[in-house]
Formats: sequence, C-alpha cells, structure tokens
Amino acid sequence: MHVLRKLGFYLVALWAAVTLNFFIPRALPGSPVDAVLSKLALRGPVDPATREAIEVMLGADDQGSLLQQYVQYLANLLGGDLGISVTYFPTPVSQVIGQSLPWTLVLVGVSTVITFLIGITLGTLAGWKRGTWLDSLIPATTIMQSVPYFWLALLFVYALSVNLGLFPISGGYDVTLVRPALDYPFVSNAMYYAFLPALTIVLSSLGGWLLGMRNMMVSTLSEDYILTAEAKGLHPRRIMLTYAARNAVLPSVSGFAISLGFVVSGSIVVESVFSYPGIGFTMLQSVQNNDYSLMQGLFLIITVSVLAANLAVDLLYGVIDPRTRARG
Amino acid sequence: MTTITEESAQIDETEKTTAPRRRRPATTLVVGLGIVVAIVLFGLVAPFFTQDPLAVSNDGMQGPSAAHLLGTTQTGQDVLAQLAHATRGSLMVGVIVAVLALLLSAFFGILGGYLGGWLDEVFSLFTNVVLILPGLPLMIVIGSYVEQRGLLLIAFVLAITSWAASARVLRSQTLSIRSRDYVHAARIAGEKPWRIISVEILPNLLPVMSSGFVFALITAILGEAGLSFIGLGVVGTQTWGSMLFYAQNGQALTLGGWWWFVPPGFMIAVLGGGLSLINFSIDAIINPRLRNAPANVRRVQKAEKEAGA
Repeated sequence: MHVLRKLGFYLVALWAAVTLNFFIPRALPGSPVDAVLSKLALRGPVDPATREAIEVMLGADDQGSLLQQYVQYLANLLGGDLGISVTYFPTPVSQVIGQSLPWTLVLVGVSTVITFLIGITLGTLAGWKRGTWLDSLIPATTIMQSVPYFWLALLFVYALSVNLGLFPISGGYDVTLVRPALDYPFVSNAMYYAFLPALTIVLSSLGGWLLGMRNMMVSTLSEDYILTAEAKGLHPRRIMLTYAARNAVLPSVSGFAISLGFVVSGSIVVESVFSYPGIGFTMLQSVQNNDYSLMQGLFLIITVSVLAANLAVDLLYGVIDPRTRARG
Repeated sequence: MTTITEESAQIDETEKTTAPRRRRPATTLVVGLGIVVAIVLFGLVAPFFTQDPLAVSNDGMQGPSAAHLLGTTQTGQDVLAQLAHATRGSLMVGVIVAVLALLLSAFFGILGGYLGGWLDEVFSLFTNVVLILPGLPLMIVIGSYVEQRGLLLIAFVLAITSWAASARVLRSQTLSIRSRDYVHAARIAGEKPWRIISVEILPNLLPVMSSGFVFALITAILGEAGLSFIGLGVVGTQTWGSMLFYAQNGQALTLGGWWWFVPPGFMIAVLGGGLSLINFSIDAIINPRLRNAPANVRRVQKAEKEAGA
C-alpha cells in the first residue's frame, strides 16, 4: 500500500511536469518560430516559404485544437520523439540529451553521495559532542551554505586554474589527448576535469546535511530511550550509531527531495562556469540559441531524473525505517 | 508547610539564575541582525553617494584605487557604484519574492491543514508536486520564453518555485495546533473558521513563519543570482547576479579582475550568512531542546568533574 501510494504520487508529479512542459510555451508570449526567424532575418530577408519550413520543423504547424495537440504531444513523448535541435541541427533532441546526460549523472550523483556521507558523519559527531568546540563550527557551515555555487566555482577557477594552473579552466576532458571511451586514460582525464566542479558542489551543499543531522541528533539524544540505553550501560559508540544516529538520519533521508532539487539547480550553473559538457551547459546553450525543443526536452529529462532519484530514496526509506512497513 | 516554602524558594532561585540568560538575546542573533542591517543600509543609502554605475570611461579593468575604491569593469564603469545599485536590486527582488512565497505557503499550508478533508489532500498533493519539481530548470524555461522580463515577472517565477517547503512545515504545525484544547473551545463557542485561523492559530505559527520568511529571502536572493548569472534575470535592473554575469562575460577571470567578481558574491554569502544566523536563533527559540542541549551537557560534565574531584 505504501509503495502504491508513492508510485501514484510520482505518476502525478510526472504528469504535472509533462503538462507544464506542454502549456508553458503556449501560455507565454513569444514563439520559437519568431525567435528563429528574427535570427535568420539578421542575415537577409526571409521569404514566407522559409517561415512555413521552420514551422514544420519546430512542429508549430499543427492547426488542431489544444486537446488534439496535447494528445499528439503525449504520443510523441511516448515514442521518445522530443523534436529536432536547432543548435545541433539536424540532430534529434533525444540524441543530444543522450550525449550530455552521462556527464551530469556521474558528476551530480557522485558528489551528492560524497556530500551526504561526509555531512551525515560530521553531523552525527557534532550532535554527539554537543556543547564542545564542535558547536562553534555550526555558524561557519551555515555561511558556507549561503555561498552561491557558481561564485565559489568562479573563485576556484580564478585561484586554482588561472593563477596556479593546477586544474583545467573548462571542459569535461582534454580533446587533444583522449577520446571518450571506457578506458583508463579517458576516465582518469575526465576525473581530473571533474574535480573542481565536484568540489564546488560538495562544499556548497555540505552545510545543509551537516546542520540538519546535527539538530536531529541533539533532539534524538534527549529521548527517553537514549537514557535507557545509557542506563543499561551500553557502549557509547553503540548508542551513538544504532540508537541515536539511525533515528536522527530519517528526516535527512526524507528531505532528500528538496536537497536534490537544490543540487541539480546548482550544478546547472556550475556547469556553465566550467563549460562542463553536461545537461546544464547544454541547457544554457539552448537558451542562448533559442533552441526551444532542446530546452524543453532537457527540462523533462532533468525532472524525470529527479523524480526517479526520489522514488529510489523513498523505497530505500522503507528499508531504513521499519515503521513505514509495519503501517502499510 | 516548611517543605513547600523551601521548594518554592528553590524554584525561585533557579528561575532567577536562568531568567537573565533567557532575556539576553543570543550572540548569533545580534551578529546576524547587525550584518543584515548593515547590508540593507548600504543598499538604501549608498546609491545616493556613488558615481553613475553605467558611466563608461577609458580606464577599464583598473584595480582598486582612490578614484575607484573597488576598481573598474572592462568598460571603465565603477564597481562600487554598481555594487551599491545591485545591492538595492537584489534586496528588492528578495523581499518581494519572500513576501509572495510567505503568502502562498500560508494559504496552502494553513488553510489545508486547518480545513482538512479532500481540500487538504489536494493542497498537500499540489505542494509536494511543486516541491519535487526542480526549480531552476523550470525558471529557465519560463524565463527564456518571455523577452520582456520585468522585476515582477521574475519575482513571481521565483516565488512559485520556492513556497512549497515552508507550506509543508506550516501544514504540519497547523495540524498539531488544530487539535489543541483552546482551538476546540473556540470552535464550540461558535467562532467562525477565519477568526479561529487568524486569532487562535496564526499567532502560534509566527515563529515558524518568520523562520520560513528568512529562509525564503535567502533562497530568493540565491535563485535570482543564479538566474541573472546565466543571463535570464530582470532586464534593466542591476543585481548581484547580473554583475557576476557581466564579469564572467567580460573575461574578469582570465584578465585577473578579482575586484569585479569577488564583491557581489561576497555580499550574497555574507547576507546569506547573516540571515542564516538569524534563522539559527529562531530555530533555537522554537525548539528548546536545541537551545538547552549544549548547556545541559556542560552542566552534566561539570557535575561529573566535581563528583570526581
């Protein structure tokens, strides 16, 4: 029952995202066709046939009712047809996304897991050792939390790449040295290029995990069962890990939804600083080139990925917290 | 008789020792408020005294000097003047968004939580869906379709993507307050729902709402900065994000113009830090466990030490 409810919720969220994606272009002023035409008009006069051709290309030529367009749009989506990219003409949008998605998935996925582990560990310790010097670290982490991702990235690029030359300024790998393949030279090169973007994401999202975990630890440690465990003479480490931390981590896990949204949003801007060949950088290029079908395809993919990650965490939550299983 | 007076005397004594501590505002609150007030004053007053932020001159990319305290941009504009105007712009966007987000979250959170039933189901489903959809990509899509991006449009877009988290908090708080005795009493006394919400429930939600407001302010300023940094911010208004956008496009990084891109981000970080400190002390007021825990542990440690000695 619990799982079914969750699945139902994610289906509704998915439907909302798809529908938003359909209605935003139709509800807001400005049309993709005009944008492309005004760009073409810079090079010379545009005849009506060109306009028709572009309308066909962008799928803006259908005359049916809004409902018919919506059904057609859903059918296209199910078939994996997201339209044609203008920026990388005539590559289909799905292919462009397929090339950039792995970069972001690895970058955001790995740095989120690292941040989560470090943040939860430090938060557990800070909560356990409350009232000691560790408490004075808390204000410092809150300030780290409010540093804009991209500004931290700019500082790193300026200090470590431009001035010291330790890291590359931009890109996902060295085009002159290696080609994309699953072998050691490419992977090590890509890791070298991904280090600064990952460091930026880890540092600027660490504070939230740490603070949340620390506060929950402090609350949990004043529960009666902790006192009972202490009175039983259990080993302090056992109390800290299996009695306090296990219960205190639950809100952090269920709060994953909100934080993942932040991380994904932050990584889009970070990618633009590093010109990292992932989803975010591609999205910004599509914005600059008025490539609406690519932009909307990317929005859909980002949303679906966030939903999928949250669904996975929600199912995992049932494993960590036995109460959700007992209730269902 | 004597035992009772002794006990009450003891209670009085403990109250005496803890009362002044409670009345003195926490250092975090003072520091946080100080930072925020200083930045707000800078944004309000400084634009009247600085040079024209858009005036172009021949000394481009000059480091800090007496004529230009924070140096100049690539086109010779005064960075300090830009920073002053950007502070005003960013704060304005932040406050508008925070107010809008507060209203939205209060509407969906409190109304849904209080009325319950199918309305609550629909409201919380809507809240959770908005919460889970990633904000910035949605803002990018909306922002790129609208060519004339005014202040209000950007504020509205930022607000509709940032109210959901505090609506969820408000809903759960409302649910717990709704079933308290005094609310039942008010309902039985025949008071109207809007009066119960505004007189019995709303005052109890104020700490949570103020914490949500401060949080919304941080999120809004960060969100606006991100949006402006990728070139989709308010057209014609200077903010910290638009300064960073022009700095990156003006090759400030590779030309070594740290005075151009460090100040705006620094202002965001410091303001965010100040607001977080305020939020931190609000949290400690709402949740006494957080406030008392460090002191309690210290007391236990002290007692143990004394017992050992």
